[in-house]
Amino acid sequence: MNVNQQTPMASPYGPPQPGYGQPSYAPLGGGYPGPYGPYNGPAAAYQPGAPPQGYSPYASFPSKAVAANPVSDLSSPLDLGPARGPLTSAPRPVSTPQAYSQYPQGDSQNGPPPMDHSMAQPAHRSPVSQPYSHGAMNLSGPHPSYSQQYGAPPPMQQVTNQMSGMQIGSGPPTSVGPGYAHHPSSQPPISAAYSSAAPPSYTQAPPPLSAAPSQPPPPSEPAASQPYYGGPPPPQQQPFPSAHHPSQPFVSSSPYLGPPSQPQAPPVSQQQSFPPGPPAQQPFPNSAPPPVSQASYSGPPPLTQHSFPPSSQSGPFPPISISPSQYPGPQPQSQPGPPPFHSGPSPRGPIPPPSMSQQQANHLPPGPMQQQQPPQPGMQGGYPTQQNGAFGQPRGPQPGYAGPHYPGQQNYGAGPAPAPAPPAQKRLDPDSIPSPQASELPAVQKSRHRIDPDAIPSPIQVIEDDRVNKSSEPFTTGVKGQAPPLVTTNFQVKDQGNASPRFIRCTAYNMPCTADMAKQSQVPLAAVIKPLAMLPPDETPPYIVDHGDGGPIRCNRCKAYMCPYMQFIEGGRRFQCGFCSCVTEVPPHYFQHLDHTGKRVDCYDRPELSQGSYEFVATVDYCKNNKLPQPPSFIFFIDVSYNAVKSGMVNIVCQELKTLLDYLPRENPEADSVVRVGFVTYNKVLHFYNVKSSLAQPQMMVVSDVSDMFLPLLDGFLVGVNDSRMVIESLLDQIPEMFADTRETETVFGPVIQAGLEALKAADCAGKLFVFHSTLPIAEAPGKLKNREDKKLVGTDKEKSLFQPQSGFYSNLSKECVAQGCCVDLFLFPNQYVDVATLGVVPVSTGGSVYKYTYFQAETDRERFLNDLRRDVQKPMGFDAVMRVRTSTGIRATDFFGSFFMSNTTDVELAGLDCDKTVTVEFRHDDKLSEDTGALMQCAVLYTSCSGQRRLRVHNMAVNCCSQLADLYRNCETDTIINFFSKYAYRSILNTPTKTVRDTMVNQCAQILACYRKNCASPSSAGQLILPECMKLLPVYLNCVLKSDVLQPGADISLDDRAYLRQLLSCMDVSESHIFFYPRLLPLVKLDGGSLPMAVRNSEERLSKGGVYLLETGLHLFLWVGANAQQELLSNIFGTPTFSQIDPNMTSLPELDNPFSQRLREIIDSFRSQRSRYMKLMVVKQEDKAELIFKHFLCEDKSTSGGASYVDFLCHMHKEIRQLLS
Amino acid sequence: MATFPEFIAQNEERDGVRFSWNVWPSSRLEATRMVVPVASLITPLKERPDLPPIQYEPVLCSRVTCRAVLNPLCQVDYRAKLWACNFCYQRNQFPPTYAGISDVNQPAELLPQFSTIEYVVQRGPLMPLVFLYVVDTCMEDEDLQALKESLQMSLSLLPPTALVGLITFGRMIQVHELGCEGISKSYVFRGTKDLNAKQLQEMLGLTKPTAAQAGRGPQAPQAPLSNRFLQPVQKIDMNLTDLLGELQRDPWPVTQGKRPLRSLGSAMSIAVGLLECTFPNTGARIMTFIGGPATQGPGMVVGDELKAPIRSWHDIEKDNAKFMKKGTKHYEALASRASTNGHIIDIYACALDQTGLLEMKCCSNHTGGYMVMADSFTTSLFKQTFQRVFTKDVSGAFKMAFAGTLEIKTSREIKISGAIGPCVSLNAKGPCVSENEIGTGGTSQWKICGLDHNTTLAVYFEVVNQHNAPIPQGGRGAVQYVTQYQHSSGQKRIRVTTTYFLKAHYSFSFVPQFMFHLRRSPFLQVFNNSPDESSYYRHQFMRQDLTQSLIMIQPILYAYSFNGPPEPVLLDSSSILPDRILLMDTFFQILIYHGETVSQWRKAGYQELPEYENFRHLLQAPVDDAQEILHSRFPMPRYIDTEHGGSQARFLLSKVNPSQTHNNMYAWGQESGAPILTDDVSLQVFMDHLKKLAVSSAA
Repeated sequence: MNVNQQTPMASPYGPPQPGYGQPSYAPLGGGYPGPYGPYNGPAAAYQPGAPPQGYSPYASFPSKAVAANPVSDLSSPLDLGPARGPLTSAPRPVSTPQAYSQYPQGDSQNGPPPMDHSMAQPAHRSPVSQPYSHGAMNLSGPHPSYSQQYGAPPPMQQVTNQMSGMQIGSGPPTSVGPGYAHHPSSQPPISAAYSSAAPPSYTQAPPPLSAAPSQPPPPSEPAASQPYYGGPPPPQQQPFPSAHHPSQPFVSSSPYLGPPSQPQAPPVSQQQSFPPGPPAQQPFPNSAPPPVSQASYSGPPPLTQHSFPPSSQSGPFPPISISPSQYPGPQPQSQPGPPPFHSGPSPRGPIPPPSMSQQQANHLPPGPMQQQQPPQPGMQGGYPTQQNGAFGQPRGPQPGYAGPHYPGQQNYGAGPAPAPAPPAQKRLDPDSIPSPQASELPAVQKSRHRIDPDAIPSPIQVIEDDRVNKSSEPFTTGVKGQAPPLVTTNFQVKDQGNASPRFIRCTAYNMPCTADMAKQSQVPLAAVIKPLAMLPPDETPPYIVDHGDGGPIRCNRCKAYMCPYMQFIEGGRRFQCGFCSCVTEVPPHYFQHLDHTGKRVDCYDRPELSQGSYEFVATVDYCKNNKLPQPPSFIFFIDVSYNAVKSGMVNIVCQELKTLLDYLPRENPEADSVVRVGFVTYNKVLHFYNVKSSLAQPQMMVVSDVSDMFLPLLDGFLVGVNDSRMVIESLLDQIPEMFADTRETETVFGPVIQAGLEALKAADCAGKLFVFHSTLPIAEAPGKLKNREDKKLVGTDKEKSLFQPQSGFYSNLSKECVAQGCCVDLFLFPNQYVDVATLGVVPVSTGGSVYKYTYFQAETDRERFLNDLRRDVQKPMGFDAVMRVRTSTGIRATDFFGSFFMSNTTDVELAGLDCDKTVTVEFRHDDKLSEDTGALMQCAVLYTSCSGQRRLRVHNMAVNCCSQLADLYRNCETDTIINFFSKYAYRSILNTPTKTVRDTMVNQCAQILACYRKNCASPSSAGQLILPECMKLLPVYLNCVLKSDVLQPGADISLDDRAYLRQLLSCMDVSESHIFFYPRLLPLVKLDGGSLPMAVRNSEERLSKGGVYLLETGLHLFLWVGANAQQELLSNIFGTPTFSQIDPNMTSLPELDNPFSQRLREIIDSFRSQRSRYMKLMVVKQEDKAELIFKHFLCEDKSTSGGASYVDFLCHMHKEIRQLLS
Repeated sequence: MATFPEFIAQNEERDGVRFSWNVWPSSRLEATRMVVPVASLITPLKERPDLPPIQYEPVLCSRVTCRAVLNPLCQVDYRAKLWACNFCYQRNQFPPTYAGISDVNQPAELLPQFSTIEYVVQRGPLMPLVFLYVVDTCMEDEDLQALKESLQMSLSLLPPTALVGLITFGRMIQVHELGCEGISKSYVFRGTKDLNAKQLQEMLGLTKPTAAQAGRGPQAPQAPLSNRFLQPVQKIDMNLTDLLGELQRDPWPVTQGKRPLRSLGSAMSIAVGLLECTFPNTGARIMTFIGGPATQGPGMVVGDELKAPIRSWHDIEKDNAKFMKKGTKHYEALASRASTNGHIIDIYACALDQTGLLEMKCCSNHTGGYMVMADSFTTSLFKQTFQRVFTKDVSGAFKMAFAGTLEIKTSREIKISGAIGPCVSLNAKGPCVSENEIGTGGTSQWKICGLDHNTTLAVYFEVVNQHNAPIPQGGRGAVQYVTQYQHSSGQKRIRVTTTYFLKAHYSFSFVPQFMFHLRRSPFLQVFNNSPDESSYYRHQFMRQDLTQSLIMIQPILYAYSFNGPPEPVLLDSSSILPDRILLMDTFFQILIYHGETVSQWRKAGYQELPEYENFRHLLQAPVDDAQEILHSRFPMPRYIDTEHGGSQARFLLSKVNPSQTHNNMYAWGQESGAPILTDDVSLQVFMDHLKKLAVSSAA
């Protein structure tokens, strides 16, 4: 923001100003301590910027640069308008073609335009063109160019500022900070960030003005797309830069080639259509694009996007037309359809908000998919069916997908091209396919034979489409009610006033205005919040704001924290709360004048006024007992009973801790961590260790009176690692020896946690206990458990009792833990039943984690355990946290899911909150919402940082409200809904028979879909299954949830496993729950290049005997080897050409010196790095026994435990819907 | 032939027995009229360097209810190889080993000079000596340091095979495992809880010595029993020294206005429990070092609020000592447990304020343990006393003995009423046990867990013959004291003393004087003494022999002057003269008092001048004498050097007979002595009153 703003503005963030003002960016990067410097420290903090490489620089940068430069040159706002006009809309003759071509590729909004511009401009306007060209240059490399570009920006900013605060604020600051600070080297990226940032601003800005800006954005598209593609961006990037100048080269170089080529040659129309899609998604379209895009794109894009919304709302979006248009996807079809659409859209185009949402909805999945198909025969076939909704007709897109498809180019090409708006609805009519009459019959039975699996909505296709469409352009959060890209898509986020989807994802971005609507639709209104989520390196972590001794400024009534939704009035002397409308005085030290738009002049200098997420420094008033907190402590509790020693766990833990202790979390990477550590071993008694630095050798203190736990020592138990290094190492060396010959098999558990609690109490600090435990705690002590595993109860009404804790002891204990800020992480190494349901109570209630390594063996499980442990110890986290979700009048947070404790109905108390923990919040209406104001929510988390600082992290989120159901259905996120549903169901089984829970879920899902069908879809035969576009995967995902081990266990699933998974899910974010329920299955055919092969659907049918597949479930990795796999493939992977010689017990692949092997291992590593838990690799040979386990995860198939196949379930769902409708 | 008194003194010297009456009252009535009960002071282990222990076991009377030991008073028929028990008149066959017995070949036990004889029991294993240190860590660093040094020093005084253990306590109690390599281990207990032996055994993971271990043949070379907590000094000497060296003050914070939380009661309980389940019926010392009162948990004697002072006699009289009863009960239970198993509890209390000796006294009193009270562990009083615990006799054995039992057998004319001293009853009923109890009665056997050469018990007897059937003239009432104990070498020994009453005389002339001082002594008078002090004084009084006891009752006063050699003077205020130096020995204190003139001379430094060397000698004389006492006495007395007008002179002034007071000083004239500011009656007044009573019919 600062950037955009004029120099003075920058002040808040600090240093940046200078940097900005100056022409050269390069310097900035280094010298940019970051505006926020003061808060975070170095620039790192504020980085909106794009990741250097990953982020395709070209796109975004150029765009910005372009925009900026031109303006600056012109040196007048007015100029901008004109200048823009031509550029964007224009696509004037020359430019247009190029633009188009690009569009297809980027298919996303902005991307292409910039490219075009750059291209075009050079040609047309010399002055302008130069900057652009430079931009391009920059990307590729030369610094000088950069500097120039940037230099320009400032002027632009000024101009823009005047025009609209929004632009200024959002764009620049973010981009500036981050990009510079972090990667000096990556100049390109920086520029990218810059440009990208700008766009967002535009969107926000008033339409007309923004229009100009909109142009810049386009450039970003290409860039964005690339990263996506390239998996490995680097290679592509380079090509791009070079490509920039010559439009063609660019195209060719990238996977996009496909698409680009299309534009040029064949379907012009496609191209056109395409563009619309993208723009729509992004903010740009709204404000500026509409006019421009319409004009330029004329028909196509608008059609899909706009048309839908209107149609649905208005009514009858001609069902027929729709369906075809949508699903048929292929442009041809769409065009026919278009007429109606066109009309619709174009008019509406002007209206920003609606269009936005609509566009998005449309955009996402279907569009691209369909479009793609047209070009390719195979594809088309598949899609059409979908579009039509008829299952039978379609032909398998699969063929295309599975094998040939995978080549990136094709996919992409297809994706973009089709751009035409995806239909809002999906229709499935299994019955109708064969014959209308058939619908009378039970769908399920018939479907099995008649429905082509390829004809039903494919998760893979949806994911791919979203990836293609959305990964190229940064997702800017400035626009209310805009659904983010799918979790499977790799995208960059720019915070422009709403929390990043990495922090908050909502089930619906367009909330129904009334409770009646909500009830009618049955769509859950929930947000999945990950308050301390880690951001990719190219995104800026929330800035830290210090409001001084008075503490954060808050609304007097509802106590909401200062945020962008606060409206300053009376010249800035007061502000009105966006949540409760109460007017509060602005404290003198916070006063600032307002500009003519009513915004504070310092709006963009202050994160709390311009960002969706930021942190306040909390004052002593926010601390327990009104005392500033101590730094937290970590205490390690190691079970040293017979089993634990024998399995090798004790040895491994002790060895690892010696090095791991150097990686305790810290905020300043330069300094030592202030986290203190303590050690305890235990079996049925506890051994505390005094490791005070002054001791020559550690002292062990045994507490055998476990009935009434206490801390036997004070001084020397919790120590700084560096102070006591020698003693600690000596201790860790001795522990395995001391207990090597132990005969003790009994363990305690309750006293262990009590001991940790007492230790933290004595030290008066919060902290985390790491408990490494092996057996059911049967020794005589508080919290003693008995073996109650009774498989006979499974499936009965009493099954729920198995998920409940055995006694209230641990619940009470966890209350005490939470009060002290004592978070418990439990690592289990069981050889038999350990009652995870009970042992997990404390971890789950204190924000901790449970890790389980059944039948732990040092050789095979070591890596997995150690990686989990390392991550768990190192990961950033907060302690002694309280989370409060405030909402605007009309809705209220009513229910919470996750690992925490609640002592009242509003405060979520978390003894510990790490970067992986998610809290899901359900909202309900308690009044009406207004379409004008939308719905606001603010999630504030008060916590103690790992350095002992008390902080308040605030996430703000605004969503739209709608009075039309169609709007609701257009703006939902299925993955998030599934996340919510699964958490709800997993919790329900505690109190309700499992079968009831399952039925309830099916029923609610049916109601959701039936409501859509009834109220939003065009009339059609009852035999047709019509699904809302953004929920077309609801059935398949829901089926996965229903079939999950927790809700429908197989015979070999232990109660512990179920309890474990149940607890695990409760704090998963959307991305984790997605892969948990719908694993990723990758065919390993060609692994050249940086991109991943396209996944295939989780069904045995998709497996080729000659192939090798990698399956990622979030918890496991399987490498499935077909019986007829090519020898070369096997040699490349395993080093042996013979199938029979592959060792199924290997847990890591041999490091072979061939590109395939290297790439495969890279992929595996990258998969692992994306998950919060290390996934152990299992090699599964076809027809091997272990294959059963593997098949268990092929969730589209019928499961051995009775779970329905996707097709069957879909038919069943269809039946349910029809019953509801009749 | 010696005179009768000499004979008695010789016997006393030989047997360690002294009777109140050496005359035999012929009947109960007569005995009653004597007022002073028939009683004896017995010092069971009176030091007898001349007494070689006999390497066989005593011959016992075969009558089951008697079991008396063959002694010089028995009639022996050498030809028939028979002997008659002089207590029950049972005729017994000599055992086969005595086949060669004859007039000229008599076993030692039949020789008159062996009225006291000591046997060494050959059966059974050598028992280890066990020393368990129980150390308070709630004290100033200086004190703790001194204590640590004393403890470390003590290790070098222990025989290498002795087992030692260490328990430290403060807020928590730590039982230290010894001999751990690379890491020091301890078991920690919270101080607020009492654990019984079984719980403790489980928590410490202890197993009782197995039968196999305990049942080895006599003298079989075997490693002494030990466990992780009690190990031979020779093995863990260094380790324990280090461990003691690393001892730190109790780390738990003590807030302003609070006493440190001191879990003394639980710590002692754990110590007792630890020995109870590892070395039952084996000699063992629990040596407790405390720097303050127990403030939490069982046995607490005061709360941790400083504003609530520890109970005083005043509080106790008003029944306002809220922890006392409970605390006492706790320690009594401990004492009982310890004594049952033959374990000694010593208490070394070093603090300026009271530490709860009143409540804990039974621990020492019942187990024969030491009780030592000092102001600080840094004082030589503590250091020397503690060191003296480990003094050795000429043979290099400790002067202490363990796990003793005293059994008394009497001839028919006499019965046992009870005993007073550091013992507990073993509840051995028998024909010689009287129904009238004095002291610990109702038994003929007592357990004395800890004995040393001075340990003395008072045993009270009763003459049972009715007046109409008096003991025939010439009948010799006999008493046999059989003391079984564990020698510090680990041997089990039996000392037998057989004695009898003789017609004798005894001078009662000193009785009134003793009575006068006894009334004023801290044993009866609690004024100006804290309950702890009273307990301490009484404790010592109970266990010391006659001489020491008399010193306690009536301190000895010597005078040093230029007028002649040192002379004992009356314990009277009139003895306090300006030109004298007085040396007073109250047993607990050795006080040197310089008269006014002497003191002035000393201040003027005359002793430094060569021409006044005689003065220097005069000054030195009492000091030398004091040192002599200091070196021999246990516990070491408090040494006080004061002068006329000195504040410490109060110790002297409170002891002397206040013949001159502010009330009568003028009547007595200015010349002699110093007036005592007291309202107490003087000996003169007491005697006058006594005389009046003696002749009045009302008595």
